[in-house]
Order: sequence, then C-alpha cells, then structure tokens
Amino acid sequence: MSDKKNSEGWSRRDVMKAAGAFSAAGAMPMFFSRGAWAAESFRNDPGNSATVKLGFNVPQTGAYADEGADELRAFKLAVKHLNGEGDGGLMNTMKPLSLKGNGILGKKVTYVTGDTQTKSDAARASAKRMIEKDGVLMFSGGSSSGVAIAVQSLAQEMGVIFMAGLTHSNDTTGKDKRRYGFRHFFNAKMSGAALGPVLKKEMGTERAAYHLTADYTWGWTQEESIKETTEGLGWKTVKTVRTPVGAGDFSQYITPILNSGADTLILNHYGKDMINSLTQAIQFGLKDKNVNGKTFEIIVPLYSRLMAQGAGKNLRGILGTTNWNWALKDAGSQAFVKSFGSEYGFPPSQAAHTCYVQTLLYANACEMAGTFYPPEVIKQLEGFKFDGMGNGATEYRAEDHQCFKDVLVVRGNENPTSQFDLLEIVQEVPRAQVEYDAKIFGGELGPYKV
Amino acid sequence: MKAPTIKNDIFVMLIFSAVILSMPVWLEPLGASYPDLLQKFAIFGIFAVGYNILFGLTGYLSFGHAAFLGVGSYTAVWSFKLLTMNIFPAIIFSVLLSGLFALLIGFITLRRSGIYFSILTLAFAQMFYNLAYSVLTPITNGETGLQLARTDPRVIDRLFSEAGEGLPSTDFFGLAMSGYSGFYVCAVILIFAFFISQRIFHSPFGVKLRAIKSNQTRMKYTGYSTRPYLLTAFVISGMYAGLAGGLMAATDPLAGAERMQWTASGEVVLMTILGGVGTLIGPLLGVGIIKYFENIFSALNEQGLHQAYAFMPDWLANIMVPMTSPFVGEGWHLTLGSLFVLIVVFLPGGIMEGINMFKKLFSKKTSEPDFKPIKKKTTPETVK
Repeated sequence: MSDKKNSEGWSRRDVMKAAGAFSAAGAMPMFFSRGAWAAESFRNDPGNSATVKLGFNVPQTGAYADEGADELRAFKLAVKHLNGEGDGGLMNTMKPLSLKGNGILGKKVTYVTGDTQTKSDAARASAKRMIEKDGVLMFSGGSSSGVAIAVQSLAQEMGVIFMAGLTHSNDTTGKDKRRYGFRHFFNAKMSGAALGPVLKKEMGTERAAYHLTADYTWGWTQEESIKETTEGLGWKTVKTVRTPVGAGDFSQYITPILNSGADTLILNHYGKDMINSLTQAIQFGLKDKNVNGKTFEIIVPLYSRLMAQGAGKNLRGILGTTNWNWALKDAGSQAFVKSFGSEYGFPPSQAAHTCYVQTLLYANACEMAGTFYPPEVIKQLEGFKFDGMGNGATEYRAEDHQCFKDVLVVRGNENPTSQFDLLEIVQEVPRAQVEYDAKIFGGELGPYKV
Repeated sequence: MKAPTIKNDIFVMLIFSAVILSMPVWLEPLGASYPDLLQKFAIFGIFAVGYNILFGLTGYLSFGHAAFLGVGSYTAVWSFKLLTMNIFPAIIFSVLLSGLFALLIGFITLRRSGIYFSILTLAFAQMFYNLAYSVLTPITNGETGLQLARTDPRVIDRLFSEAGEGLPSTDFFGLAMSGYSGFYVCAVILIFAFFISQRIFHSPFGVKLRAIKSNQTRMKYTGYSTRPYLLTAFVISGMYAGLAGGLMAATDPLAGAERMQWTASGEVVLMTILGGVGTLIGPLLGVGIIKYFENIFSALNEQGLHQAYAFMPDWLANIMVPMTSPFVGEGWHLTLGSLFVLIVVFLPGGIMEGINMFKKLFSKKTSEPDFKPIKKKTTPETVK
C-alpha cells in the first residue's frame, strides 16, 4: 500500500493550500511585531475597552481539586461584588476602600478560568493561554506551592501580576519571591511560630516526632519550620519521610511508624493526601497507642475545613493551624460567610477566603493607583495596610510581598454541631508572635519593569 | 507500491513548510493562534514525528519516550543555568544526551519485542520519573521543577556581559524564544525534523524498518541482522524526543518531573494512533487535535458556551449549554476519549485513513461522473 496513490488529488488540494500559504507568508512581519510593546505601554493594556479580564487558574483535577473548586466559587463571587452585583460582601467592611462597585476603574470585570492540574507545566501553559490569548491583566489561583512558584516566575517574565491563592510554602515569598507575585495566605514559618506555644502547653517538652512530608517545596519548608519549632521546645525528631504528592495509599509509610519509638506523628500533607494519610494512620491504630508512657498524638500543621469534611471524625482532637475559619466572629468574616453562604448554600473554606480577598486587594490597588500599569499597582500593594477582611489588621510587607496578620490554631471539633462545624478555634495567635525578618529566606523580588 | 519520487517529496515539503509557517493565520478563527499553543504544536509535532519513526516504521510500541523528553528538558535547563541563555548549545546537548540514554535503554529493551518491549520501556520511563521525582532531587529539584535563578553561573554569558537585574530570557542568537519569534524558531526546526523523517521513510533504511514491522523472522532468514536497524531507529526517535524536550525548556525555561510520567508517554502514543500510525503527516494531525483539546476545550466554561451558542435562539441555547457543558472544561478528557474510541473503531488507520478515503471518493467521482453506490466504489480497495 502506498499513501501517494492519487497524485492528481494531491495537486488540486495543494495548489489551494499553497495559495493560502503564500498570502500568509506575506502577512508574516505583522506577527513578529505583535508581541512587542513600547516602553510606556504594558502587556494587555485594556486601553479604551469597556471591560477588563482577570484569569483564575485553579486545580480542577488532582489531589487539590476540592480546594480549587471552592477557590473558583470565591473568584466568581468577587467578580460579582466588584461589578456591583450581589450584596457587596467584604466591600462593606474593608478599610481603607477605594472600590466603587462599578468594576475596576469604571471597567466591568470579566474572567477566564483554567485548570492547573496541580502540575507546574500544565499550570504555566494555562496561565500563558490566559495572558497571551485572553489578555488578562492579573491572574490568581493556587493550591500547590510548586505551581504557585512556577507561575509566579512566569508572571515576572510576562509582566502580569499574580495574586497567589492558597500556597503555604515559605519559598513563595521567600527564596522564590517575585516582584509580580503577592501572597495573602500565611506560610509554614508562621504555622510553626503559632503552633509552638500551644504544643508546649498541651504535649509538653519531651516528645519524639515522626514526619511524613509531601515531597515538594511546600512539604519541605513546612517540615523545616515545624521541626525548628518542635526542636526548640525540646522535642526529638525521630525521622522525616518524604512521600510523593497524590500517592493515594500511605500504608507503606505508616507501618514503620509503629515501631519507630515516635510518640507524635506530624503530617505535612494537604488536600486529599492528608485525608488519606490521616485516615490510614487512624485505621492503623496510631491514636490508640501508648508510646514512652504518652498517648500517641497526630498533628496536621496546615488544616482546612474541606479536608476536615473529607477526613470526618478521624480529625477530632487533632491540632493544626489555618489562615481563616468561617466561625470567626468579626464583621468581615461574617459578611463574607453571609454572602458566600447565600450564593452557594454552605460556608466558604480558607482557600475561598484568601482568593476572594486577593481579587479585591488587586482591584483596590488599581483604583488607588488610578491605572492598570503593573509597576504602579505593585507600588500600591507594597506596604498596604488594611482591616476588615477577616484577619484583623493586616499588612502587605513590601520586602517580600507576604501578608502579616493573626493566625488561627485550631483543633478538630470533638462534638460538631453541624457538618461544617468541624474546627474549633483554640487560639487566635496575634500577628506579632508570627512575624519574622524578611531577610532570613534570601531571594530577590526583581525589577518593577520587565 | 509506487516509489515516491524526489520531485513529489520536495513538493510535499514545500506545502508542509507553508502550512506550518502560516499557522498563526489559519488557526486564528479556531482561537488557537497564540504563541504558547503554537509553540506546543510545533514541539509536540517534533516529538510525534520522531516517535513515528520507531512506532510507525518498525511497529515497536515504546511506552517510555517521555523519559527522553524529560532528559532533554533537564539538560537544556542546566545548559541555561551553567553556560548560556542561547538555546543553541542547550539543544545540541539535549539531543546528544537523550541519544545516549536512548542507546543505553534501547540496547537493553530491544532484546524483546511486542508487549515485553512495551513493558520494559514503560519500566524504564517510570524509573526515570521516580529518579527525577525523588532520588535525584539535587539535579532535578523534584516536584517543584528545575528553574532558573538570577545567581546561576552562566559562564559563557558572563564573558560578554554582567548579570541583569531580572531573570534573563532564552534566545536563539538574539531572537527571543518567547512569543511569535519563538514559534518560528520551533517551526523551522519542525520542518527540518520532518524533512529528515521523510528522507528516512523513503530511504532503503526505512524500507528495512518496514520489513521488520511486516515480518521480522523472514527478514532474519534473508540474512539481515535486525537489531542494529532497530537500535538505530530507537536512538533516532529518542533524539527527536530529546530535541522536543530541549525546545520545551527553551520556550519555557522550567523542567518538571511530570514531563516524564507515563501519561506523557501515553500521550504521544495517542497522538500517533489518532493521526495515523506510519504515515508522515498523521502524527502531526494527532498532535494538533490533542493539544487543541487540552488547551482550548479545557478552558471553555458555561460563560464561553453561551457565547458560542449566541447564534441560536435563546431557548435552544439554554438546552444546548447544559447538554454540552459536561464535555468541555474539566470534562475535555471525556470528549477526547469518545473521539479516540470513534476513530479507533471506525478508522483504525487514524485520521489519515479518513482523509485517504475522502480523497479516493473525490478522485473516483471526477473520473466517473455518474453516481454509483458507495459500496461499489470501495470494492477495488477490498479486492486489493
């Protein structure tokens, strides 16, 4: 068989194709110059357009898909509120506020969505599509620090602002920080600082800890920060074991713990990974064990309500930290829970909260700057102090683009009153206790203008 | 079998070049004309063209080609980190190193054929993936992926200039690798890669590879040692994969372990089968379809669907949106899966078989203007 049987058929088609191609070749110089922009203008300048576009890049598949879905809900809600629809949510409580409820700088806000698949490659491809094809001015989203760091450096290359969603690794605003990346969420270092005193009070100073750690930037830095805290208390670290993200079955990692001599398990896992590893740890009877004369304890340094829902009653009594919880009683939190609840019928997660707040903060900074020109917007965000967004007085530190605010230490609720009432707030750790020097992680923000 | 003439080949090459280079124009109405996706088309095109040299010609189904893609990417990023941001040395090293790995893996795996060969290659790829993911973290930076840093040595670049304020970007002797110029660099390399593949297909070497596919035992009886031919084909396709991997890193200087996962190997198999195994153009069509689905379909949401159905009356659009929305957005795999099933069941030769059928219909019609039932028209084919 030959695939060149009908040469007559070929030529007919080919002449047509060739004609098209030659005309295209003539138009080609046009395309070379399209990506270029002059010094004073910037990428995706909305100009006189009546709308602006934002990009929401969240994991819709993979181990962090639950968080991604909730983030997307929050983004949609934020866009509604920015455009003056709905009840306005946190725009009623945010101080200082420059937003007017007529979009951003009078332009109606629209959005595009993408799936990061919790993979750096896919996330960057999706972000590039948003920037190059859809022309977004800002993109946001997250749930994996690996992805956040990968797209944050893309943001810097492209000159488009990235407002990180849920990312907890120290590196995001530490050694991998970028001028075009901002993080409202707290980080592992702050989790450790907040957990320390509570652990000391509840578990004493003589414990032997065993770490199971998600094997990527977030897991590494969280393990490091928690280890630093617990060893500061006088605890021993028996062993740290790295597990692949999305492993599903953790039994092979849990069995060695039983005979390791450890009396505390620290799970540096998140999302479905944490649900699986915790459930299996409970099934293996870790919590009923008695080691070194102490009851075996499990700690999950980074908690979320979505995970608590997945892990069910296994989570009861287990300590951890969160960035925000819907049960907070301040006006901002309540306003957000109310408008999210009336829109979707259930309370928001911390991932939803941080994404919503980030969207509003970006919009507000544009209003303050009076322009969409990224260097000006960045300057407004750097050092911006605000209140009424659910975490008390908050500051975007200019040196590393990290927000500083109170951190919550929580415990899995022993007697939940509803299916959402899963976390009990043990302590609201004040901001001063979790603050650290911006220089300790190294890294450079890079230039304003790219 | 009619021997393809040189003249015919050159003609095909010219058409091919024109079609590839004009992609930004004719993909515009499809919403796929933006640099990142165009670059992906070209890069995965190279990957599939190379893969087809092994799978299409010899019939050896390798499930581990993503390993070479990954090796290429890591090599290129290291070249950017240590030597220079110019992609030229990066690409050369990518191709050479992945060729070396292909030689090693091929030497071992080609001792078996059929399913055993596939499983062996899969095992090697998985091994590479796990090495990159956890064991070799100092070289690969694990899950986070290997990235550039401002403080990298970049020995050659430092000879000419001081480090700038931000991260440097990749270039090909001054031509930026991002945006449309990046696409044209990739496109030219694709055309070159396609040309080599075409020469291989129509060379005596290609004929021998096809002989291996049709009956290896008989070929051995005629006095040929088949292993060297197989190994050569394996190494060539491994080098193609390395080239694609290097280019991926060149257009986006980041290398992650997920690039080596078995799903990535599976993807190129799907691309080749979807387009048409053993045909020159087929794998490229497969690449186009899969990448289009992955990037465009996956981003459609209900808002987008409403816009797409804007031409319909409202009531119809309101029915169509809920009906089609499970197939777009995160459901794009569903659409791709159904398409794949349909093609494999009805067109085992891939899209190329469909195109050839159309061509046959068309040329028959011109020679016999009278309408004849379709059944009769296909008889010559079945007799042959």
